[in-house]
Amino acid sequence: MSKAAIEGPPKGGFSFDLCRRNEMLVQKGLNAPSFLKTGTTIVGLVFQDGVILGADTRATEGPIVADKNCEKIHYIAPNIYCCGAGTAADTEAVTDMVSSQLTLHRHHTGRESRVVTALTLLKSHLFSYQGYVSAALVLGGVDFTGPHLHTIYPHGSTDTLPFATMGSGSLAAMAVFESKYREGLTRDEGVQLVAEAISSGIFNDLGSGSNVDICVLTKGHKEYLRNHLQPNPRTYISEKGYSFSKKTEVLLTKITPLRDSIHIIEGGDEMEE
Amino acid sequence: MSIFEYNGSALVAMVGKNCFAIASDRRLGVQLQTIATDFQRIYRIHDKLFIGLSGLATDAQTLYQRLVFRHKLYQLREERDMKPETFASLVSAILYEKRFGPYFCQPVIAGLGEEDKPFICTMDSIGAKELAKDFVVAGTASESLYGACEAMFKPDMEAEELFETISQALLSSVDRDCLSGWGGHVYVVTPTEVKERILKGRMD
Repeated sequence: MSKAAIEGPPKGGFSFDLCRRNEMLVQKGLNAPSFLKTGTTIVGLVFQDGVILGADTRATEGPIVADKNCEKIHYIAPNIYCCGAGTAADTEAVTDMVSSQLTLHRHHTGRESRVVTALTLLKSHLFSYQGYVSAALVLGGVDFTGPHLHTIYPHGSTDTLPFATMGSGSLAAMAVFESKYREGLTRDEGVQLVAEAISSGIFNDLGSGSNVDICVLTKGHKEYLRNHLQPNPRTYISEKGYSFSKKTEVLLTKITPLRDSIHIIEGGDEMEE
Repeated sequence: MSIFEYNGSALVAMVGKNCFAIASDRRLGVQLQTIATDFQRIYRIHDKLFIGLSGLATDAQTLYQRLVFRHKLYQLREERDMKPETFASLVSAILYEKRFGPYFCQPVIAGLGEEDKPFICTMDSIGAKELAKDFVVAGTASESLYGACEAMFKPDMEAEELFETISQALLSSVDRDCLSGWGGHVYVVTPTEVKERILKGRMD
């Protein structure tokens, strides 16, 4: 009996079992599928007492808008958040993995996580996969050494910047930052500038759209503003809804009643001898 | 041709008031030739949790077997059924494990969670979760399903109205897709019962 059959569920790491078969299918002219992408605008900036992160909320699969209100600002630690662009599954998996490693590290050391720790974990993972794990990230947080903002590219290179943009809308957003960013912004000025940069991505980049999410991180405090701006609400909802003139033809109906969950009666009558 | 279009499929799930519905077409084809017209694409994990697997049928069945295996291990260890959210994470993890050689499957998960709160979600073939409050679609008819659901869906529908809406959305969408059709399978799940219906559709 092979060893794999008696082992429990796998413990982690990628499996390359299907690669050869999939390669064969591609050679036979069956194209590999496209994945869910976040053709995105994500930004971050440092202001006088911390870091502000921003993102749009559109997820795309080719030219189709797959999700109109997805979350791109991922939790890393209570004091660290991370915006993700690129293949949706990769950004999600990479941030979840680092977040779990940092949680264990915090339990072990009893100290707050540092932004550089998250940065190193992310870049070493991405570097070891040579860019095939396609996650482009904007990492921001405040630890006891102060506010930090980094960008991480899919190949594992990183930058440390006072203001940063990523994703397909990065040029539109950077245009706003380059013309309006200055040192020592207040919280409200920062939030407004980030919202403006994301809006620029939403309206000028086709890969970005819908709403503006913002996360404000200050020393010992975080403020997650989900859907801070909603510049593109639905306008075409019919009041009456859609009514059907003819019912669908049903060939067969099977009704399965569900068992009630068992209630345990405490202090009930005693059983007879 | 994309590998997703080899067998053809249409899947949709919708949320109603304390209930949900999940529906699929019934065709199994090999490119343009129809092999079966009573194919099951939606699988029951437990009474209040269903998964539909669109895409390559061979991978769908393999994936289903692995999911049932993992769910049974969970039941033995925990002595309870999986919550839909937990199950979605499990599916996502199993798919992402094969990030560089994926199963050609796009799942749709629908279930009733704690206090019978409906939960629906879909993923791409490498496990990027997409949670929605209203409806989710997958398969070769996904583009027309997006359109139909966007127009027909209303929030907080009761079970019967939900059934009518999801059936009409499915049937009208598969009529614009060569690779899916031949009627539909609809499950409407309320806290008290599961109603499984087979729909009559066009046979061309």
